[in-house]
Amino acid sequence: MAHFEKAHSLEEWLDQRLAIKTLRRVLAEEYWIPKNINFLWAMGMVLAFTFGILVVSGIFLLMYYQPNVDLAFDSVNYTIMQEVEFGWLWRHMHAVAASVVFLIIYIHMFTGIYYGSYKKGRELIWISGMLLFVSFSAEAFSGYMLPWGQMSYWAGMVITNLFSLGSLELNGLVEWIRGDYVPGQAFLTRFFMLHVFLLPLVIMALIGLHFGTLRIPHVNNQDGEEIDFDEEAKKYLAGKTKEAKVIRFANDFLSKDMFVVSIFLIFYFYLVFWHFDFAMDPINFDPADGLKTPPHIYPEWYFLWSYEILRPFPKDPGLVAFGFAQVIFFLLPFLDKSPNVAPASRRGIFAVWFWVLLLDMIVLTVMGKLPPQGIYSTIGLVAAVVFIALWILLPFITKKEKAV
Amino acid sequence: MKELKILAVVVFFTLLTYWGVEPYAHSVMHPHVESENFAYNDLKDTGKKGDAAKGAETFMNAGCIGCHGVKSQGMPAPMDPIAAAQSFGVNPPDLSEAGAIFDEKFLSALIKNPAHALKVEHKFTGGRQHPMTAFYGLGGDIDQEVADIVAYLKSIAPKAEEITPKMAFETACGRCHAVHYDNWTQMGEKPKFKYKKDELLYDAKVLDYQDHLTKYMGKLPPDLSMYIRSRGEHYIKTFMENPQNLLPGTAMPRVGVTAESAEKVLEYLTEVGDSKHAERDSVGKKVMIYLFIFAFLAYLWKQSIWKELH
Repeated sequence: MAHFEKAHSLEEWLDQRLAIKTLRRVLAEEYWIPKNINFLWAMGMVLAFTFGILVVSGIFLLMYYQPNVDLAFDSVNYTIMQEVEFGWLWRHMHAVAASVVFLIIYIHMFTGIYYGSYKKGRELIWISGMLLFVSFSAEAFSGYMLPWGQMSYWAGMVITNLFSLGSLELNGLVEWIRGDYVPGQAFLTRFFMLHVFLLPLVIMALIGLHFGTLRIPHVNNQDGEEIDFDEEAKKYLAGKTKEAKVIRFANDFLSKDMFVVSIFLIFYFYLVFWHFDFAMDPINFDPADGLKTPPHIYPEWYFLWSYEILRPFPKDPGLVAFGFAQVIFFLLPFLDKSPNVAPASRRGIFAVWFWVLLLDMIVLTVMGKLPPQGIYSTIGLVAAVVFIALWILLPFITKKEKAV
Repeated sequence: MKELKILAVVVFFTLLTYWGVEPYAHSVMHPHVESENFAYNDLKDTGKKGDAAKGAETFMNAGCIGCHGVKSQGMPAPMDPIAAAQSFGVNPPDLSEAGAIFDEKFLSALIKNPAHALKVEHKFTGGRQHPMTAFYGLGGDIDQEVADIVAYLKSIAPKAEEITPKMAFETACGRCHAVHYDNWTQMGEKPKFKYKKDELLYDAKVLDYQDHLTKYMGKLPPDLSMYIRSRGEHYIKTFMENPQNLLPGTAMPRVGVTAESAEKVLEYLTEVGDSKHAERDSVGKKVMIYLFIFAFLAYLWKQSIWKELH
């Protein structure tokens, strides 16, 4: 065992046992961040904050929620919303955060794509981020089941049906996942477990990994500039802070993070108190009824684009297209053949690719909610084909890109 | 400046997506239904002025109390709710407050031709009769007789301001719709029971009533506890004044309430389904004040640190 001197302060006492000074230096003070990054780089902190809100509000909801098909709906809509003091607040905070977190994830993702933050050296940042996206999706879906409303039930029916894999008709697999022929008690209880335990655990582990992947390649910057972090850090430490291209994470960038978070919180709480309905489908305020299909079944807004890639095609090609949409983002670092790490605006045709992708996904999102009839089906089909074509084209257009 | 431009781009695409999946999709999936302002324009106004005293007599002679109770005038319902539901499909309303809750023109039309006033003629074809017998008159001017009955009902009804939201709901909706978040069953408010056995007996009676109602309506009318959230005010209001506009062919009758009573029904449904709306608003304002101060301090902190960096 090491030799311990008498400590003269709590800090010193802790430092002897936990090396908190080293930790603080490595994680905060000498964790170097490029100076030329804009507020879009604060989205990570916004996401961490929102995830925190989700965990805390979720814990409070968990105290009163009943994972039972006969009680679930009323435990949410009556017990939590009306009987428990401020239960409505936790519930609205949870529901709105669940929706808003996806908006921020999409902004975070498109920021990464725009500035080329997934490129050589940073592939694992991108991949771990995509893994987070997938686990957030599973988390959102399993949570959506819990109030056991009409849309919960029918969305559960539709999504689990996908696992029959079209013409393969693996109905046994679907029943195995549901634990029943239709969504029932077994289904609700296992999704409850996934939502409150297993998936949050996976998400927390992945957040740790995602942070870890940043440590060596460092975060990208607005110009895609390659920075010699050691050299610039020396300048900073020598007091030439105005000259150095890097800043400390804490409190330099943290102060900016916190300002962005505070603006975000104004927007978020405005939604919580006065516009929570955008995040809550009115149909889900009807209790689940297995004998009555809602006239239109659609997922929450953040899944609409991938739902619309499934829908306009015949059964089997639709599933293949859907599968394609789920995995293709993972491959982005390998499909982009250009050596440039630069904002899309400086990368020629890639800029067109970026904006078309963004608009196409918005079109898919809107069409995904509308009933699949007439002109909406046609627009949906075209948008889905464009989506697939964009990804097939990506390696070709980036290969020809000139170095900037 | 550059950051503001980036923010504008982010906000623009966020709003575009929002517009597409919320207001736009909603307008496609739920075409707007204009309110008829509870005017009942399709019903004829006979222009007759009723006499309440004569109306009281006509009311008795017409045999209304064979099915309806008028509790406030010491006339109890002739049958208990279950027996009534067995005979008519639904328990006929007590008429003590009818004059205040229902529209005058609607009441006149209802007395003369119930299926027509209720807009449920599509259900009573091929010789099937509406359970409420139409009033064919006592031999005089039928329009005058009807006007007298309506005048009588209005004279015994409480004043409009004495009608509570719950009273309006009870008379207009409460015999078909349960509201279990307010302990309301189609047979009335569920009492508190000391013994489980008594409660079960009561519940069995409600199930009995619901069976008759289901047979009459084709399906059990839904529990309205969460309708303020699942349908929203505009839908409920336009649905109440004319169900056929939103759900053509539905078995639900036009209720015939006045605009004022409709507001009270909505108020009741809001209190039951969204009881914390006032608290939400007041807490929200305080949280906002806190957040603006927080944002201001965060801005000052950022400025103080970054002036060394730029």
